[in-house]
Formats: sequence, C-alpha cells, structure tokens
Amino acid sequence: MAITKQIPDTIFAANSFCPGCGHGIVIRLIAEVLDEMDLSDRTIGVLAVGCSCLVNRTLAVDLMQSAHGRATAAAAGIKRTRPGNLVFTYQGDGDAISIGIAETLYSAQRDEKITQIIVNNGVFGMTGGQMSPTTLVGQRTATSEKGRNSEINGDPVNIMKLLSQFNTAYLARGSVHDAANILKTKQYIRTAFELQMRGEGFTCVEVISPCPTNWHMTPDQAVERIANEVLEVYPLGEFVKGEHQK
Amino acid sequence: MLMSKIELKTENCKGCGNCIRNCRFEALAFNNEVNAKGYRIVTVDRDKCVGCGMCYTVCPDYVFSIED
Repeated sequence: MAITKQIPDTIFAANSFCPGCGHGIVIRLIAEVLDEMDLSDRTIGVLAVGCSCLVNRTLAVDLMQSAHGRATAAAAGIKRTRPGNLVFTYQGDGDAISIGIAETLYSAQRDEKITQIIVNNGVFGMTGGQMSPTTLVGQRTATSEKGRNSEINGDPVNIMKLLSQFNTAYLARGSVHDAANILKTKQYIRTAFELQMRGEGFTCVEVISPCPTNWHMTPDQAVERIANEVLEVYPLGEFVKGEHQK
Repeated sequence: MLMSKIELKTENCKGCGNCIRNCRFEALAFNNEVNAKGYRIVTVDRDKCVGCGMCYTVCPDYVFSIED
C-alpha cells in the first residue's frame, strides 16, 4: 500500500544545515503541522541566535529575530498584541537554556500563551561546538576537551524538569533520531499548537537532535549516540500540568 | 509488482545516509554521482521501492516525495 508524502507548502527552499543535522526534520514537522492546521499565514515565528536562525531560509512564515536568548520575551509581546496569531519561538539549547534561561523560565512562570520549540543538541553549534548547559557529563567539546566534569561544570540542565514546576499548559520532549520518534515529535508539536490556539497557556516542545559535525561523528554514529546515551539523561514524553505522562 | 511514484530532488541531498539506513526494502543506495554541492547522492531501485514513505520521514533535506 503506497501513501502520499509531499514536501509541505510551508517549506519554500532547501535548508542549509550540515549533513545529518536534525534541524531540517524539526522544521519539516512544524511545516507539516502548519499546513494541516491551515495556519501558515497566521503564524509568527521568533528566532534569536544560533543554527536555529537558519530556519528563515526554509520556513515560509513571518519571522522576527530577537536578541540572543530573548525570543520568548519578544514572542510574549507579539502574542499579547496579536492573540489571534500562532506565535512560536524556534531556539537551540544554547540560546534558550543558557543565555535565555531567564526569559524561558519567566515566560513559563507567567504562562504566556506561546509555544517554545527548543532543539537540544548538547552544544553551541554555530560557534564551533562549545559546551552548553545540556552537554552530557564526560562529553568532549571545544571548551571541555577532557569531557564535561560535573565537579567543575555541574550536571546537565534538564529544562523539562525546570519548567514542570510551573502551571504550564503543555510540555513535551521528543527526538528525531528515528522514524517512530519523529512521528511522535510531530504529534507533540501539533498538540502544543492546538493548545495555544485554544488559549490554554505556555507550551514547550524540546527536541533531542543530532549534531554530527560538532560531535565529530558520522550521521549514523550520532543517531546511535542519542539512542544509547542521550536519552538516558533526557527521557522522552509529555508533561501535563507538570506531571510526566510516560 | 507494486511501483511507487517516488521522486528525488537530489540537488537537496547531503549524503547523510539516513534514508539508506532506514529503508527496510533495501531500495536506496549511494551511487557514484555527486550533486552541485559536492555531496554524493542517493539513488532508488524502483523495483524494490513500495512507497512506504520511511525515507521521507527520516530525511532532513526534503529529497523525497511519494505519490500514491
């Protein structure tokens, strides 16, 4: 039985990420959901700084770039003045969880009616693979050449745990390392967008994503690393009103 | 023999191999060509492809489209 699979209309050009990067899949999932919900012309995306900004070369929606880490603050302002629009941020872990941790937490604390999408690949990708808050203990990066040392650098930040203390509408962590989880992640993004359009409150989807270039791995090795190492630290699933569902 | 209408935009391909690794019908493989970006590109054996869409799902570069 054959099925129809077409590149979404909301994708207007090929992306410019590195081979095997997960960003391209996440962007396609957003575009698929926007097409299915017929929301592309009522959507405003907010970017900040990092590889995630390259979404502007691919995704055909209105986009605004904020200062580094400040995307959720800008998105909150847009949503308050344009409540009928779908407003989402598209950020990496270095942007949303390091430089922008205050904006991320306080947007959740205020239960702003926006959707935050965080692509977590465990490094600052665009600047050359430096250690980020989500780098795993023992992981070698440009600024942790002997591996992240928890005594010096602390343990990785679990943003879902931090956000789940607030009375948010919906939190979920997905992954794009295999087909089953790609399809689940799409459902998470759709749920978040639907809840936002119903005015429910803050929604956030974190997506675990491979970065073969800065992990110094082949694309095959990078997805295996996610399955064998990363998901042990960052378990997948949904959080409703702070409770982990599965 | 079921023949799917699979189309490839090989100019988008970056040779990551996600599609080849995930194709349970072994219908995809690298060939010896490179595209304008310099990446080796994937090719499809249409006799083996059943149009399941797995390649579309795992491809980060929008190479595949499939029509029923």
